[in-house]
Amino acid sequence: MDQPYESNAHADHEHKPHGWRRWVFATNHKDIGTMYLIFAGVMFFLGGGAAMAIRAQLFKSGMELFDPAVFNSLLTMHALMMIFGAVMPAWVGLANWMIPMQIGAPDMALPRLNNLSFWILPFAGTLLLSSFFVPGGAPAGGWTMYPPLMEQFGASFPMVVFAIHLLGISSILGAINVVVTIMNLRAPGMGLLRMPLFVWTWLITAFLLIAVMPILAGAVTMLLTDHFFGTSFFNAAGGGSPVMFMHIFWFFGHPEVYILILPAFGVISEIIPAFSRKPLFGYEAMVYATASIAFLSFIVWGHHMFTVGMPVAAQLFFMLSTMLIAVPTGVKVFNWTATMWKGSLSFEPPMLFAVAFLFLFTIGGFSGLMLALVPSDYQYHGTYFVVAHFHYVLVPGAVFAIMGAIYYWLPKWSGRMYDMKLAKWHFWLSAISVNVLFFPQHFLGLAGMPRRIADYAPQFTDWNMVSSIGGFVFGVSQLLLPYIVWRCVRSGKPAEARPWDGARGLEWELPSPAPFHSWQTPPSEAVLAHGAEH
Amino acid sequence: MAALAAAVTGTLPAAASGWDLLNMPRGVTNVSTRIYGLHMMAFWICVVLAAVVFSVMIWSLIFHRKARGAVPDVTMLHNTKVEVVWTAVPVLILIGMAIPAARLLVKINNNTDAQVSIRVNAFQWGWQYHYLGTNVSLISKLSMSDDAARMLDSGVNVNSVPDYLLTVGHPLVVPVGEKIRLLITSVDVVHSWWVPDLGVKKDAIPGYINQASFIVNPSKPGIYRGQCAQLCGRGHAFMPIEVRAVSPAAFHAWLKKQSAAQQQASTGAPASTPAAAST
Repeated sequence: MDQPYESNAHADHEHKPHGWRRWVFATNHKDIGTMYLIFAGVMFFLGGGAAMAIRAQLFKSGMELFDPAVFNSLLTMHALMMIFGAVMPAWVGLANWMIPMQIGAPDMALPRLNNLSFWILPFAGTLLLSSFFVPGGAPAGGWTMYPPLMEQFGASFPMVVFAIHLLGISSILGAINVVVTIMNLRAPGMGLLRMPLFVWTWLITAFLLIAVMPILAGAVTMLLTDHFFGTSFFNAAGGGSPVMFMHIFWFFGHPEVYILILPAFGVISEIIPAFSRKPLFGYEAMVYATASIAFLSFIVWGHHMFTVGMPVAAQLFFMLSTMLIAVPTGVKVFNWTATMWKGSLSFEPPMLFAVAFLFLFTIGGFSGLMLALVPSDYQYHGTYFVVAHFHYVLVPGAVFAIMGAIYYWLPKWSGRMYDMKLAKWHFWLSAISVNVLFFPQHFLGLAGMPRRIADYAPQFTDWNMVSSIGGFVFGVSQLLLPYIVWRCVRSGKPAEARPWDGARGLEWELPSPAPFHSWQTPPSEAVLAHGAEH
Repeated sequence: MAALAAAVTGTLPAAASGWDLLNMPRGVTNVSTRIYGLHMMAFWICVVLAAVVFSVMIWSLIFHRKARGAVPDVTMLHNTKVEVVWTAVPVLILIGMAIPAARLLVKINNNTDAQVSIRVNAFQWGWQYHYLGTNVSLISKLSMSDDAARMLDSGVNVNSVPDYLLTVGHPLVVPVGEKIRLLITSVDVVHSWWVPDLGVKKDAIPGYINQASFIVNPSKPGIYRGQCAQLCGRGHAFMPIEVRAVSPAAFHAWLKKQSAAQQQASTGAPASTPAAAST
């Protein structure tokens, strides 16, 4: 039996404010992490609602439900809510919960900044969502916001620009907090190359965030001044260039997709060793692969723009740099596979999500490799093939990793176990329906169905119906997650300090639930070693 | 609802063929066929790689289970030799894919020596085509019957409309066997001119003139359809492209007739122009 870390020596540290003050004035990393996760969950279901509406409209050929303008608003808001409202805040929430516990710190380094970076979010989210109710409706130019189209939307346009400014500020503050925490609050003895992979991937993600969120802010600010103050950054009639917006946007946009997926690599690198009962294979290779992916993410943005008419040399460069990303990504997949090899595997819910991630993210990686080849991309670009590709890497990729993380660490957070059987139902329903939902979209794209269309030619009906049915099942299945978490927190059976026998890392040396101020005194080398070796 | 039921049961001819739509068309140009070849090569390489990687994973999932009494080999931490191999081998495979892709890319972007040049002006929501060196210009928008059928609560079963959403009033007419160069721009927002069978997709961007070219295989005259591939507002789903590839003789006869008609229209004669003239 493991000896949980003794933290009751100074019981007065457990003092915490009660009632609404605990949340509004929150400076505790766990409280803030919880709020981040709840916010992300709310946005996930709102964004999912928009997705259901989209799939309902596309259930069959012939317009049935929405005006195309409303449809375009729905798809734009779906993307904005999922990227900036659901996945990014969910990762920050997990970072808040786990980084201090994993590095042996009492809390995040900058608790009040932490409070600010969370509390910006509800306002930004409200501003974004309220654009549905202004004249002209929500923005309908896609999350890519290409001018001049983006400037054709009325009052919602400046609202979205300011919402993005706020979300960006929140992300930057959160990222600064992560970097400062990791650099300064590691327990003595925890060198950089002893950090858990989740901490490593988040450190790299935080640098990406700090690097690119200001670029997005700059791009949307230029849009704003073009529209309201007569500048011509992107206005061809005034000597500007709409293509420049695309370059700036994707210079942000490509690192952004790695911001969404790198922490997922970290989570998977925690879960697979735990349920293989075997240390991660090639730890250092994993760290270097993550860093290479982050570096490469800055020099591949042009692959989103192969049809805009770049010079051949530029297209060749972006094709080759993009293909290069397959190498470190492959290294990661191979190392995870080698971690399972000769392990002693069991399939609790976190592992199920991690294994599904391994297979389905890899499929998304393969379609990404196909998309990198410019001549083929001329046919794939702007079609459902692209939609299938990025949903494969983001839904059974990033979102499954978030769910795996929740199921992995929930006993540590709540001190209680959840209903494993129900969680397995959640997994199987999700894993099957996500493929029914997105796999046929490869066919649709290849057969010639453009993305972002409100209505389509009748020959595309069959696979769209399959996709929509998958979508509805996937959407409804997700309701299980909050139910499972709620039941766990309310009435789950008490969890042990280390509920998974193969789990490694400092967080499992703390009791379950973890004390309010995680590590009041830094863990000793012995605790560190026990956590790592177990 | 009746239409829904009919569509679900698959009794309608258009819907019934939908299950076969699984892959990229080979198309009717040399380039589109070569793109198809590159696409299939990349696809099969991915299938083989997936088969290898997934087999190893599945092997572990089956045989290295705790439930089967598997004992973990905790000494397996890293292996530099293996890391080098699984870095180097993918690099070689990627080089093998990049070479044909680069060759084809260079070929596609060669827009010289065109016999027919057409300026394409995209607008919300349609295409204006102008045959350079002639006075022939036409506006190509979603056909009236499709436009009526697409409206909310139109009461029209869209499956009864032939080539619903893919038919235009005045299609682009081109000769087979001749190199056609498109000079593509936009008068408002960004659009993208895409006809899968021709292997051409090029963005129409205000302030830029993009070039694209194609030669329809002489043995493949016919009607080829496509759509705008860049979100361009409310009518994005409703700006199809229809290209009629005809014999050079028929093309030149058509062009001559159009030219005469547009000449007549611009000099004020009360003629019934087959195509709207502008610019």
